Amino acid sequence: MRHLISPMDLSVQETDQLLALADRIIADPKAYSHKCDGKKLATLFFEPSTRTRLSFEAAMLELGGQVLGFSSADSSSAAKGETVSDTARVVSCYADIIAMRHPKEGAATVAAAKATVPVINAGDGGHHHPTQTLTDLLTIHRLKGSFDGLTVGLCGDLKFGRTVHSLIKAMCRYQNVRFLLVSPPELRVPDYIRDDLVSGGFAFTEVERLEDAISDMDILYMTRVQRERFFNEEDYIRLRDSYILDSEKMKLAKPDMIVLHPLPRVNEIAAEVDDDPRAKYFEQALYGKYVRMALILKLLEVE
Amino acid sequence: MNVDSVERGLVIDHIAAGRSLEIYRILGLDKLDCCVAIIKNARSQKTGRKDIMKIEDRIDLDLDALGFLDPNITVNIIDGGTIVEKKKLRLPETVTDVIHCANPRCITSVEHGLPHVFHLADREKGIYRCAYCDQAHDRRKDQ
Ligand SMILES: [Zn+2]
Repeated sequence: MRHLISPMDLSVQETDQLLALADRIIADPKAYSHKCDGKKLATLFFEPSTRTRLSFEAAMLELGGQVLGFSSADSSSAAKGETVSDTARVVSCYADIIAMRHPKEGAATVAAAKATVPVINAGDGGHHHPTQTLTDLLTIHRLKGSFDGLTVGLCGDLKFGRTVHSLIKAMCRYQNVRFLLVSPPELRVPDYIRDDLVSGGFAFTEVERLEDAISDMDILYMTRVQRERFFNEEDYIRLRDSYILDSEKMKLAKPDMIVLHPLPRVNEIAAEVDDDPRAKYFEQALYGKYVRMALILKLLEVE
Repeated sequence: MNVDSVERGLVIDHIAAGRSLEIYRILGLDKLDCCVAIIKNARSQKTGRKDIMKIEDRIDLDLDALGFLDPNITVNIIDGGTIVEKKKLRLPETVTDVIHCANPRCITSVEHGLPHVFHLADREKGIYRCAYCDQAHDRRKDQ
């Protein structure tokens, strides 16, 4: 029995197999619509994340399975003080697979140790969110064909953004990937990520302004920079517009660049960009459902 | 100073000077019924000063915990008044319930009863990581 706690739990080969399975589902969804007949997915969300929960539930329903669970800690046994360990044991009696989100780091590891069915980590605090990384990889795979030789731009809060760290680590397992890291100086990637890039021999450049780097990118992965993350007001006023993607900056980008975003977006991508054919973040959400379908099939050993 | 030599038991040697009481406490030696001698600041050829502990019984020591606390320690096993085995310690791959995770966002901070497990992430630098949240614990800062 396998669990998925960290994006690195899957080898490159297993990741590629999962993406290939997602390709087959996308090509012929009907062929998969009864693969999970009679199976149940439990979504245990100790903190609300409607988007992620609905994506898991839609994935299971499209496979013919059923879903049960809770969407916040106060509507669950956790409000009465039940531990994650006990919840995982009990829910294993009712469901064939668990997707769990919890505000504490390592909670999914605890659940996996006690559950007797596969556990998917649907986010454990600021720690891991492997299905977001798989979503990002499937989107790039579908829209770019291959990971090799891509120039990947990551823009925004690169210090605290867990999706960014996971994506960099995952992309580092492929060949000739180049990174353009766009952030204010105080929100650059943490040392352990930079060490990985250096020791892996990856080309990367750190820049302050998106407009200085966007024209070289094949992919632009946007994240939000929160005002309170800046050390001083002066920097914030000087740099804030550099982290907002608008039509002006899109004019500088390659005609086949794609824009991704883990969503929800606040103001870091202007609404006017949504109509640009290169804006792919809503399509990305759709791929999130397909990759979760593939993952459920793999962990249930149906495919 | 000369404490009676041990007839049958353990001698924990080459403890960094000043750390013997801490090790005594962490290994739970205060709960033993047998005779335990702690020698502080003994002269050592290697390090100048060292602590030594002599335990007059062949108890089961948690060598992983001891190796984690100080990998330079040697444990001599004594029988019939002579050393029958010398154990060189090293940093263990895993330590359980020796240290606690300091990350307030870690699941171990709210869910009691979980084993506190750390895995060795970098032997050279002596860095361990929490098995749950990956927070680093630098053992050199303990000393
Ligand atoms: Zn921890």
